Amino acid sequence: MPYQRIKFYQTGSFAAGNRLLPADLRSVQSSATRANTLTCGHRACQGCGEALGARYALDAVMRATKGKLIAVNATGCLEVFSTPFPETSWQIAWLHSLFGNAPAVATGVAAALKAMGRGDIRVVGQGGDGGTVDIGMACLSGMFERNDDVLYICYDNQAYMNTGVQRSGATPPAARTATTPAEGPEPGNTFGQGKNVPLIAMAHEIPYVATATVADLRDLEYKATRAMDFHGARYLHILVPCPLGWGSSPADTIKVARLAVESALFPVFEAEAGEVVSATPIRRQMPVTDYLRLQARYAHLFRPEERTDVIARIQASADRNVSRFGLLQDHHPERTRLALNGHLPAEGR
Amino acid sequence: MFQVRFHGRGGQGVVTAAELLASAAFREDRYAQAFPSFGSERMGAPVMSFCRIDDKPIRTREPVTEPDALLIQDPTLLHQAGLLHGLRPDGYVLVNSGRDVDDIGLAEFAARHRGHLLTVPATSLALANLGRPLPGAPMLGGLAALTRGEQTVGLDALLAAITDRFGDRPRVAAGNSAAARAAFDFVTGELDELKAVTHHA
Amino acid sequence: MLKQIEGSRAVAETVAMCRPQVICAYPITPQTHIVEALGAMVKRGELNAEFLNVESEFAAMSVAIGASAAGARAYTATASQGLLYMSEAVYNAAGLGLPVVMTVANRAIGAPINIWNDHSDAMSQRDAGWIQLYAETNQEAADLHIQAVRIAEELSNPVMVCMDGFLLTHASERVDIPAQAQVDAFLPPYEPRQVLDPDDPVSIGAMVGPEAFTEVRYLAFERMRRALDVISGAEADFGAQFGRGSGGLVKLYRTDDADLIVVALGSVLGTVKDAIDELRDDGVRAGALGITTFRPFPAQAVRDALGDDDRLRRLVVLERSLAPGAGGVVTADLRTALATGDGGPRGAIIATVIAGLGGRPVTRPSLTRMLTRAARGELPEFSFLDLDTHLVEGELTRIRAARRSGPTAENILRDLAGRS
Repeated sequence: MPYQRIKFYQTGSFAAGNRLLPADLRSVQSSATRANTLTCGHRACQGCGEALGARYALDAVMRATKGKLIAVNATGCLEVFSTPFPETSWQIAWLHSLFGNAPAVATGVAAALKAMGRGDIRVVGQGGDGGTVDIGMACLSGMFERNDDVLYICYDNQAYMNTGVQRSGATPPAARTATTPAEGPEPGNTFGQGKNVPLIAMAHEIPYVATATVADLRDLEYKATRAMDFHGARYLHILVPCPLGWGSSPADTIKVARLAVESALFPVFEAEAGEVVSATPIRRQMPVTDYLRLQARYAHLFRPEERTDVIARIQASADRNVSRFGLLQDHHPERTRLALNGHLPAEGR
Repeated sequence: MFQVRFHGRGGQGVVTAAELLASAAFREDRYAQAFPSFGSERMGAPVMSFCRIDDKPIRTREPVTEPDALLIQDPTLLHQAGLLHGLRPDGYVLVNSGRDVDDIGLAEFAARHRGHLLTVPATSLALANLGRPLPGAPMLGGLAALTRGEQTVGLDALLAAITDRFGDRPRVAAGNSAAARAAFDFVTGELDELKAVTHHA
Repeated sequence: MLKQIEGSRAVAETVAMCRPQVICAYPITPQTHIVEALGAMVKRGELNAEFLNVESEFAAMSVAIGASAAGARAYTATASQGLLYMSEAVYNAAGLGLPVVMTVANRAIGAPINIWNDHSDAMSQRDAGWIQLYAETNQEAADLHIQAVRIAEELSNPVMVCMDGFLLTHASERVDIPAQAQVDAFLPPYEPRQVLDPDDPVSIGAMVGPEAFTEVRYLAFERMRRALDVISGAEADFGAQFGRGSGGLVKLYRTDDADLIVVALGSVLGTVKDAIDELRDDGVRAGALGITTFRPFPAQAVRDALGDDDRLRRLVVLERSLAPGAGGVVTADLRTALATGDGGPRGAIIATVIAGLGGRPVTRPSLTRMLTRAARGELPEFSFLDLDTHLVEGELTRIRAARRSGPTAENILRDLAGRS
């Protein structure tokens, strides 16, 4: 397996962890020749998951492409905080066009490079959940369908954060946003809505689809690097907590992301050509309340009274992910793959 | 300027016919403009196309409202009101039909426009020579014969245009050319007969 | 080489010779023949370019933006609803200063849905910052694309070449298709002013706040001003190298001693010229002013063309689009041009005639009737050519009679059908 089987949970720097790892498994950040695609000085909020995720993802891609990289960014938090005119945090060739067209613009860049005989330069398109899941969906699907040679990365903080925390197609049920307020008999976002873009990407049968979070940066780097092994359309969906929009402590960003994974609300997996090839198992399933309690966007589920009915529905969706992705299997990739793709009877899980 | 209006149904090659006529005129070093009555293309709907031929550049873009010649590729359109609308007093009408002008309800018109209204069995000629009921090329052959004194196009130019248009499909080119020539001969024969009758009258 | 060729095909062959590197398009009537021809050329290996079938016009312009920013010559084509759908990206391309060239096969904008020709589509984007060139003939349509690539790349500003849908795109006429060598001599390879290059990385597309937005927009305005000279230069060079007049700012027809001048854009000028000749034969001193470059609006060229002697001058602006609530579109720019700057006929009486909306044919008899009235001073300041007042009255009566009068377009169509 390309990522380590034993996880080192620790506070502070990864320095101790790196010393114990073989060289080829060490983080990009520990390399003397590391890239620095998104340098310091940007205007992201304290504890911004997206700034962390983007930096790690692009540094990994930068390493994989030996610096031959062009990035296309959708409008959103990342674009706004990284380019406060006249400054830019980007150390790479970078283009921002519109909100809904990043996949198409990336396609254009890739086509141009091909036409000019510069297929050695690789292209990344990136944006938040708003620009990917909603307004960018048509362009994204077009890019997938044509199998254009672009790696598209979605930094999912589950709402339109840049414009003031409005609900998107990636907002989870019951979450409070500015347009799904915590009021009335069914506070927060409506159950039964939302899109699962990783599954949509898989339905296009593109070469590589993967999910990751900022809680496991090695895994994120691995997936970004792995994606660059392929040519054609690739999709990476990264969960990036937003302290402002989620109402969590900036110091808890990584912890919240980890709990999203360990509660099974956010399954971490890889797929190739429409079939799951690996899923990260959960060591011990945490109750969703551990995750929800850390975020003010779910505060209405606990105060003035605990909404056990709503929490139960959230728990049910987490449990469904466990069985659907085989997250509590003894780690057995083949069983996981077969289970997820419907080849094993339900009882076997 | 000589203006031709084609009437047919979608799928009968009305647009191609206008373009072929223009192409033939071009070969004779004349200016030509061909365009369809534009619409959502669907099979079977009545369509028109137009062709203008002149010795100087053609500037106007309006539809042909006062044609010098009408080519009616589908006789079922004769029932349409206004089909002959705008035809110049001594204009020409060529109708794709195996029947006589008297039998298609145009006897009176034919009498008034002797030698200018004829029928030609274009579909039959197309089927015989090309194997498909596409009357465009034979209609043009007929037109060339019918309007020989009016400087529309000569048969040779027409045949060259046909060969050029269907260059990548030699059998289609040959079939269309043969049908055009056959129609030319047919109409020439009809005109000769009419002249003979006149002389004897 | 002289060919008898469909307008779309002439444009496709000429665009191909401009050596585009990325062609992206989404089908919409009446542009489809252009991109189909280009696609076939690419597929057969005759044209070495990336041809992308995109999922919408918004994607088409976005792909062009990405390609142009990466340093490739990018081309797309659209019309009507498609142009509107890509509008956000149209503004974006101009704002970013990318030399994309696009054909707009002018078509009306719905509702009601209409696939026929008028200028409402391109006019809707007149403030997007694109250069707008209007072709009078298919020869000019082909030639303008060659000039457009050069103008766009010289200025780093996108250019749209407007050609009347169906009337030009689907008309077969005589066109001189240039040789590849001629086009190569006229068009140097694209040398971008800004480009995405990993070896020299820059960030393109930053957010600009109040402290600098005005200055950035001023520079776009300045680009448009310079465009007037660049366009004239391209016209002159083209004439010298290809041996024929195409493009430029304005064109004059029999205006020298005219006291009635028709102002128009696009292919209707052909029919207008025939009407002018007929009027002249009847002793009316009529002429025509064709505006080839609509954006930037060639105000000085228009003033110079119309001259500034004091003879009573009537101008009839033949509009192929309508500004509801305001009147004409071209008229507004013309009035401004004549009321400002140096020279021009200050006392001109201007009449606006809305004509040919949604593909209604503009006929010579209709024009001569209208212009004869204009010459006699009997044309109102604003009118619609060939308006069927009976149909209009019918619907107005219906509207006055009942609240639930029904959808207007359908009612009118039913009235029309009832007549025949």
